[in-house]
Amino acid sequence: MSSEEIFTLVENKLKAQFEGSVESAELLYDFPVFTVNKEKIHEVLAFLRNDPELNFHFLTDLTGIQTADEKHLGVIYHLHNMPKNIRIRVKTFFPMAHPEIPTATDLWLGANWMERETYDFFGIRFKGHPNLKRILNMDGMDYYPLRKEYPLEDQTREDKNDKMFGR
Amino acid sequence: MSKKENKNITAEAIEEKEYSILNLGPTHPATHGIFQNVLTMDGEIIHDAEPTIGYIHRAFEKLAERRPYNQITTLTDRLNYCSSPINNMGWEMTVEKLIGAEIPKRVEYMRVIIMELARIADHIVCNSVIGVDTGAMTGFLYVFQLREKIYEIYESICGARLTTNIGRIGGFEREWSKDTWDKIHAFIPEFKKGLKEFANLLERNRIFMERTIDCGPISAERALSYSFTGPNLRAAGVDYDVRVASPYCSYQDFDFKIPVGSQGDTYDRFMVRQEEMWQSISIIEQAIKNMPKDGPFHADLPEFYLPPKEEVYNNMEALIYHFKIVMGETTVPKGEVYHCVEGGNGELGFYLVSDGGRTPFRLHFRRPCFIYYQAYPEMIKGRMLSDAILTMSSMNVIAGELDA
Repeated sequence: MSSEEIFTLVENKLKAQFEGSVESAELLYDFPVFTVNKEKIHEVLAFLRNDPELNFHFLTDLTGIQTADEKHLGVIYHLHNMPKNIRIRVKTFFPMAHPEIPTATDLWLGANWMERETYDFFGIRFKGHPNLKRILNMDGMDYYPLRKEYPLEDQTREDKNDKMFGR
Repeated sequence: MSKKENKNITAEAIEEKEYSILNLGPTHPATHGIFQNVLTMDGEIIHDAEPTIGYIHRAFEKLAERRPYNQITTLTDRLNYCSSPINNMGWEMTVEKLIGAEIPKRVEYMRVIIMELARIADHIVCNSVIGVDTGAMTGFLYVFQLREKIYEIYESICGARLTTNIGRIGGFEREWSKDTWDKIHAFIPEFKKGLKEFANLLERNRIFMERTIDCGPISAERALSYSFTGPNLRAAGVDYDVRVASPYCSYQDFDFKIPVGSQGDTYDRFMVRQEEMWQSISIIEQAIKNMPKDGPFHADLPEFYLPPKEEVYNNMEALIYHFKIVMGETTVPKGEVYHCVEGGNGELGFYLVSDGGRTPFRLHFRRPCFIYYQAYPEMIKGRMLSDAILTMSSMNVIAGELDA
């Protein structure tokens, strides 16, 4: 199947099932990408996994992102249907003030550590996760390092002059 | 060794049972890398396990948000350091996908040779270490000579051995020398001989087979649910290989087989890796045979490829490109891509979001080790402690990839 065909197939199915919850659907670099309302994300994922025709039975990747305006956080799922060899990306965004989203661990066991990693770095709380605690960083850390408000370098440093190249 | 259960113990007796806690790691001679597992032991049998990871976490995803694209290659070296060229080239191909670069056939074949050599180096370490953990040191010493030869090939291409930083976005930094080709040609027969010897030592060895069959098995359904990829998934019986499912770098031109196991136990994982090494060597032979004889060693991407020094001194355009590359001021288009390659351990994915600036807006590494290591407690529960060590080495968990 070409990427356009996959895109149309998934888009039609999703739009028929979840009227109004699919916020956007686009093809990015031949990759079908769907943005879904946070309220419906668990149902959408369960539908994509259990629908016999779509059969996205494999969770390739789950990760977080912060939008450029630093007001929203997002979770990005990469799903894969191995027999038909089709992949899609599902995204959902929600405001920073309430970073809470239902867990996907009941659909895929592998989501467990991926969600813990996302919680660790972005502070996104996965409701219903069996063991939501930090995984790579130390337990006592009181911030979420991949958010853009935490710069990589200590901003109080004065020994570096970056005027020339604007870094 | 198979699961031993005493059927005479009642449920109440188990309730009252006292377990002992054993801290396996963080540094332990039997775990190759820094892994801590808090094991709840019932004598010699593991009742429960709790892995703690993150001991060598180096915040690569955060670091990548401040680095120009060509400087991120060095970060990827340190993911799976047993096969760093695959990581390097996976990253380069991700950026090439983002900028829409056209890569010459010859470069792709050169990359295939290096990536398959890296796969051999990765599998050779894993398989020989399985041997060491079962008590067979000899095979390890035999094949480590061969790994050394692979490192010498890397060395003659890029000057480095372990953390290679091999290649550039768009191709290679320089043409391969005659010395490199001589080394590759000499390596192939030597490797075949060495691998045959190694296979004779272990593959049908009764002690080895009894030790590894039914040690740490996982079913195909569980493995898929845990998002396993690579040799560990194939050992469970699923024929998923990124090189075939979504071919990159001209892999569609090559004729090779995907070995699969049936039980998903240590022996199957060992055998899948053994066969993959034979397939890799055949891919290398095909690549050498069918490679275009002449042609460029890099794509036409002046904003990523350092111009020759003579041009820098005599040509304005070359000077500008040189300056921009060295200062890391190359801009790339806006967009988001996901690219995956078949790494030593499975699907190594790069999810790259670019906002058009000099650095990625967000870069996420899909690290196969990190994802499948979470099944480890399930695989060792109810089994002996010595099986846990063997299961870990046969899963080929690499600390660098696990912790990123």
